Amino acid sequence: MLKIGVLALQGAVQEHVKSLQAPDVETVVVKRMDQLEALDGLVFPGGESTTMRRLVDKYGFFEPLREFAAAGKPIFGTCAGLILMAEHIVSETEGHLQVMPIEVQRNAFGRQRESFETHLSVKDVGEDIDAVFIRAPLISAVDESVEVLSEFKGEIVAARRDHLLACSFHPELTEDTRFHQYFVQMVRESKETAPSHAAVT
Amino acid sequence: MADRGTDRVKRGMAEMQKGGVIMDVVNAEQAKIAEEAGAVAVMALERVPADIRAAGGVARMADPTIVEEVMNAVSIPVMAKARIGHIVEAKVLESLGVDYIDESEVLTPADEVYHLDKSEYTVPFVCGARDLGEALRRVGEGASMLRTKGEPGTGNIVEAVRHMRLVQAELKKIAGMSKDELMTEAKNLGAPYELLLDIKDTGRLPVVNFAAGGIATPSDAALMMQLGSDGVFVGSGIFKSEHPDKYARAIVEATTHYQDYELIGRLSRGLGTAMQGLEISTLEPSERMQDRGW
Repeated sequence: MLKIGVLALQGAVQEHVKSLQAPDVETVVVKRMDQLEALDGLVFPGGESTTMRRLVDKYGFFEPLREFAAAGKPIFGTCAGLILMAEHIVSETEGHLQVMPIEVQRNAFGRQRESFETHLSVKDVGEDIDAVFIRAPLISAVDESVEVLSEFKGEIVAARRDHLLACSFHPELTEDTRFHQYFVQMVRESKETAPSHAAVT
Repeated sequence: MADRGTDRVKRGMAEMQKGGVIMDVVNAEQAKIAEEAGAVAVMALERVPADIRAAGGVARMADPTIVEEVMNAVSIPVMAKARIGHIVEAKVLESLGVDYIDESEVLTPADEVYHLDKSEYTVPFVCGARDLGEALRRVGEGASMLRTKGEPGTGNIVEAVRHMRLVQAELKKIAGMSKDELMTEAKNLGAPYELLLDIKDTGRLPVVNFAAGGIATPSDAALMMQLGSDGVFVGSGIFKSEHPDKYARAIVEATTHYQDYELIGRLSRGLGTAMQGLEISTLEPSERMQDRGW
């Protein structure tokens, strides 16, 4: 069985749990850092990034999450989760976990009244992906090692670098589970190719 | 190609607030304290409910200067209150760009018969409800988020507990009913039949439901989470306490870890005095804010 966690400090956790369902997947709602060790993959959900960061610090998740990423275990961040992963945040002095070499701009599309839903083509995932953008960030710059998976009006809204996957929008708010199942496949492959990666740290 | 103001976009915004605390603030300084403490959103007001209660008279939408000051001070979402049924206050708040509007009984109602047609707006709405019928009437009008009414500005949790327990009990009842009983139940509750069908299917409300009205301590917040709230609003509880900053942080943590009693015990130590509370039975019927709206 694959064990995939959803970081549950704040935000839309159950929606991810639902979208991750697969016959070989066991999902774990993660509230304490001692739950991380048993996981093969982890999701950073949407929510408020400033709130999540405060709780990450408060409960000692900061280094364990960075180690999780450094160990090569797959991580998928949506919206606020993407912000947590980014190395740089526009107009802020430093990023949060800084595990992915990208720059993000918060609330890039405007306030809630400018929030929207659309359909996107996402490389390797599919066409016509249902995408809900809520006070969404965008990826304003990427390192050359990062693969751009999707753009909306010329702006990057989904990207992957090796075992790290991130998007601006909320696939978890839709019935369309293709993006999550793409991540589940990443976790499967990661576990097959590096069965002992838990020992890396 | 890009659709704004759809149900998914409006309800989704509330989904992102789950497990969080939304705090009432009256200026930029308080908004920053709230954001720093880990609030998921702030409610920009001219006065917190306890002060509205004390001041008496007609309570209206806040001065747009205050709303804009708060919007400029923080990067988290900003909500603001419009009077029940006040179409123009709501349109003004939408034009200011607030992220959520609370059609709120804390303000003096502008219309005693009709609530707003919230489906008309691009901005999402949160509304208060004491029971399932009221909750579903608001969803029927287009509310994208619900909250208990509680008794605002009292620092007394008893009414919020009553409202949350009642809604949860009614949800369970409907989930256990057979389909042929639902139309009669819809009639009894005064709620749209289609929404009852939806609840029978999912076992839950179609939108997020927060606790509000009377939450004064970290334990109060954790209690409401345990009763099934998706998150909490804290009105007067934070900035009417002795140490707002400590209170705000403690309530945020207690909401996240609402079943970790050792932690809540630690969080509750040395917080200083909570806001002064009011016994509900001492309120005159005209002072009960929860009875505004239907």
